[in-house]
Amino acid sequence: MQGIVIHKGDNCDFLPVFEPVAKRAAEVKQTLFFDKPVHIVAANAVVGNKEAKGPLKRYFRRVKEDIKLGEKNFERAEILMFDEAVRASVREAKESVGDVQLLISGDLLNQMTTSSYVARNLDLPHLGVYSACSTYTEAISIAATMLNAGHFQTVACATASHFATAERQFRYPLEYGCQRPPYAQWTVTAAGCCVLSTLGSGPLVRSATLGKVVDFGQNDLSNMGAAMAPAAMDTMCALFKETETGPEDYDMILTGDLGKLGSDILRDLMREQGYDLGQRYSDCGSLIYSMDQNCYQGGSGAGCSASVINEFIIPRIKEGEYKKVAYLATGALMSTQSCYQGETIPGVSHGIVIEGERK
Amino acid sequence: MSAVADPIEKRNERYGKYVDSVTPKSGTLKSLWHSFWIGGITCCIAQGIGDIYALIFPNFSEDMIVNITSMTIITLAILFTGLGFYDIIARKGGAGCFLPITGFANAISSASMEFKSEGLILGTSVKMFSVVGPVVVNGIVWSTVAGILNLLILGRL
Repeated sequence: MQGIVIHKGDNCDFLPVFEPVAKRAAEVKQTLFFDKPVHIVAANAVVGNKEAKGPLKRYFRRVKEDIKLGEKNFERAEILMFDEAVRASVREAKESVGDVQLLISGDLLNQMTTSSYVARNLDLPHLGVYSACSTYTEAISIAATMLNAGHFQTVACATASHFATAERQFRYPLEYGCQRPPYAQWTVTAAGCCVLSTLGSGPLVRSATLGKVVDFGQNDLSNMGAAMAPAAMDTMCALFKETETGPEDYDMILTGDLGKLGSDILRDLMREQGYDLGQRYSDCGSLIYSMDQNCYQGGSGAGCSASVINEFIIPRIKEGEYKKVAYLATGALMSTQSCYQGETIPGVSHGIVIEGERK
Repeated sequence: MSAVADPIEKRNERYGKYVDSVTPKSGTLKSLWHSFWIGGITCCIAQGIGDIYALIFPNFSEDMIVNITSMTIITLAILFTGLGFYDIIARKGGAGCFLPITGFANAISSASMEFKSEGLILGTSVKMFSVVGPVVVNGIVWSTVAGILNLLILGRL
């Protein structure tokens, strides 16, 4: 099998079951290494009350008891949460490294209205990015690349999702009495923003692995974990190979919002690839809710991994508990139309490696 | 091209089978039981309301009693939806909450509440039937078909 050309350069080459399919013209590198120090100087998240009742409740500092925030609709509430997260991080960064020069953000709503409406109140250039729930790592990858190239000194990356607005856009009205299958996930109400800078101090973004869009033919809108797990596998293999590391080199490997089912699938897929993820692997979606909160397989949405990373992982890296963390947010790139038209659900996953600063 | 497409399909098929084997299924017997008792209780309550109406208004016709009972049940369902606990019952009840007339009332009222933020005309009025549209359309189409068949085969209206 080793002599076959089509296997070269693909992440899936030693996989007996899921062989690579297309022939590559040239070897594609997916990983960008940042030789300049790109620090995470500020990280904040605002979460809703359901998230604040989960296992991570004592780590969330900004909690909204009323997820409507007293506004007339949920979209306004999402904008306010997003705005609060961005302003908190921008303020924090201003004290240590100076003004933020660019905002890269995205969210789940049509035409990314939340991000744009937040950016309209900030006197900043704004880039809107979308890759569903992996928007956060996509934003961080772009920001780190720009910082590494020296175009900016300080860039903010943000993302948000809201249960009620996502529910309306992707599923049914809120009060509609429908049953969810046991493999469904619950959209997290949260907004997260971090500020990256080449100045100052804080955890370092070492590399970014840009994901390929991977589709293994899943078409169940409720079973996002199964649709996204192959994308996570693909990016994770690329990350391990191109950074020449293995799971044992990381203190923590996190995926975005695969949920309990999706992360079990990912473990199986990675085992077939020859990597045993073991205890150090976890998933933000399964971390954020406890079993008794009726959230089925766990959280999903762009705010899910952003809030867990910002409020739980980054402080742990600062304290030195974790030294090296691989964080792969995962996104399902479908719309409700595409699914009703019989299309399958493609997934994407962008990964970053965060390291603690050596003292 | 087919040589390229085949391995993808094969891979997807293998993955699909694997996903099916690990995905938890909703317990059929348990769901049946829950929808049976919740749906049954809904119907019992409606019957009880109808009997009470029959006692209060002894000179009403049976049709009239049926009509005002349905109206009462619909009002209750809409009230429950507005107060925000119909969906909690329905999460357990499933088809037991979805099939009776209360399910229809819940679907219309939840949609009109949801889209109120876009205004009364472009929001509520346009989107009110977004969930129950198929029920209305199929109801009209298939009852028309049944009526025509009835006329053609049995020869009476």
